[in-house]
Amino acid sequence: MSDAIVEVRHVTMDFRLDRNHTTNLKEYVINLLSGKRRVETFHALDDVSFSVPRGSVMGLIGPNGAGKSTILKVISGIYRPTRGEALVRGRLVPMLELGSGFDADLIGRENILLNGAILGYSKDFLLPRVEDIIAYSELQDFIDMPLKTYSSGMLARLAFSIASVVEPDVLIVDEILSVGDERFQRKSRSRMLEMMQSTGTTVLFVSHNLEQLRQMCDRVIWLDHGRVRAIGDAQTICDAYQHESEATS
Amino acid sequence: MQNKSIFRYSFLLEQLVKRNFNTKYRQSVLGVLWSFLNPLMTMAVQYLVFSALFRQDISHFPVYLLTGIILFSFFNECATLGMDSIVLNGPLITKVAMPKIIYPLSRCISSLISLGISLVPLLGAMLLSGTPLTPALLLMPVAAVMTFCFALGMALILCTLNVFFRDTRFLWSVMSLLWTYATPIFYPISIIPEAWQPIFRLNPMFQLIDFMRTIVIGGQWPAWGQWGACLLAAFLPLALGLLIFRRQEDKFVFHL
Repeated sequence: MSDAIVEVRHVTMDFRLDRNHTTNLKEYVINLLSGKRRVETFHALDDVSFSVPRGSVMGLIGPNGAGKSTILKVISGIYRPTRGEALVRGRLVPMLELGSGFDADLIGRENILLNGAILGYSKDFLLPRVEDIIAYSELQDFIDMPLKTYSSGMLARLAFSIASVVEPDVLIVDEILSVGDERFQRKSRSRMLEMMQSTGTTVLFVSHNLEQLRQMCDRVIWLDHGRVRAIGDAQTICDAYQHESEATS
Repeated sequence: MQNKSIFRYSFLLEQLVKRNFNTKYRQSVLGVLWSFLNPLMTMAVQYLVFSALFRQDISHFPVYLLTGIILFSFFNECATLGMDSIVLNGPLITKVAMPKIIYPLSRCISSLISLGISLVPLLGAMLLSGTPLTPALLLMPVAAVMTFCFALGMALILCTLNVFFRDTRFLWSVMSLLWTYATPIFYPISIIPEAWQPIFRLNPMFQLIDFMRTIVIGGQWPAWGQWGACLLAAFLPLALGLLIFRRQEDKFVFHL
């Protein structure tokens, strides 16, 4: 399987649910002494395995709590799985909830560098592209002002422009984004499609929109209660999923 | 494969340090000048308050004060800001994978740069008070780096604790006050009863400040005993901090 860019092997992810929600020392000590430390284990993922071929677009579907976001976090390296492993052979860029890495006190230009560094861009990569990012965001007039003076639409435009300048090997998208005004939404959506359809980039994305999945994905993984229910071509899996959703509702 | 070494993240480290620095003085008229003025003004206040008490016992009292103030507030800043760094960057840590040590580390590096800047008023005070400038001053960066190691170690321990128990910051604010008074910053160690002195000497900050004063005021190469004590004070807590942080960092994401 040398053409697989992402390989998930027998990944199990247990969350310890602390029923008492101890975040302070007093409660911790009391619970410890009274033997009331109720900790339950919850299998968010249970022996999940799949691989994603280079250049493909892989969709993830499943009801809420099926483990879709959890598996993305395991692949991104944010969660270390309890058992198993997730291998990524290339540069991975998460399409963040936009602007998580901004600092309101810094000016736009400084935030481009900061946010780019957070996404893992190198200095050599980012510096020559700063002007392109500014041009794409159409924020030339505001780029030397502190970010706290920006409207939320402007923030989203800047964030999207930084995130989309790169051609990553693996792009992680948790729900498709809609940012800015209508015109910029169209622009960002087409850039997104462009990234998804370019042969170099492998895309993993979560969506509840079956039409979108049928259109964009090569293959779809159906997750249910932390287990892989089915893997296959987008049409087949989406039909099966839709059929079951309609049957149960 | 994702390469997790710190070198891949050197650009991020640089950006975070810059961010800390740029936001610290933004919207203040005097800006970076405060790195000079703050220790000088603290020194002036303490000089006014304590000079009647201790001036006779301590030669070059202003320089003695300033050395203690600069080094201790460096340590305190690293520990306090480092402690909050993981919790404050929680929203980011739960979304982007990166070596988490980068947050406390960037805080401590920013403070180290401020420390470097505040050595300028120290030299000024030395010239004004007629403290001789000697080759021993070349050891100042060594003293600074050893204090940095100790402070980073403390920051790592505190930020780990703070993730799991948010009480840590309240406890620390009391602890750091106690620590300030337990360290001979504005008084000489000689006012402590003989029997208690060995306990005061266990304080790493005492050893580090004493080392710095030996260089700055004494103009001497510190004794081997001082070297030993300071190296221990720097690297033992750092090793402990790294060990604790490494053990727990994978769990941070569940508590942020």
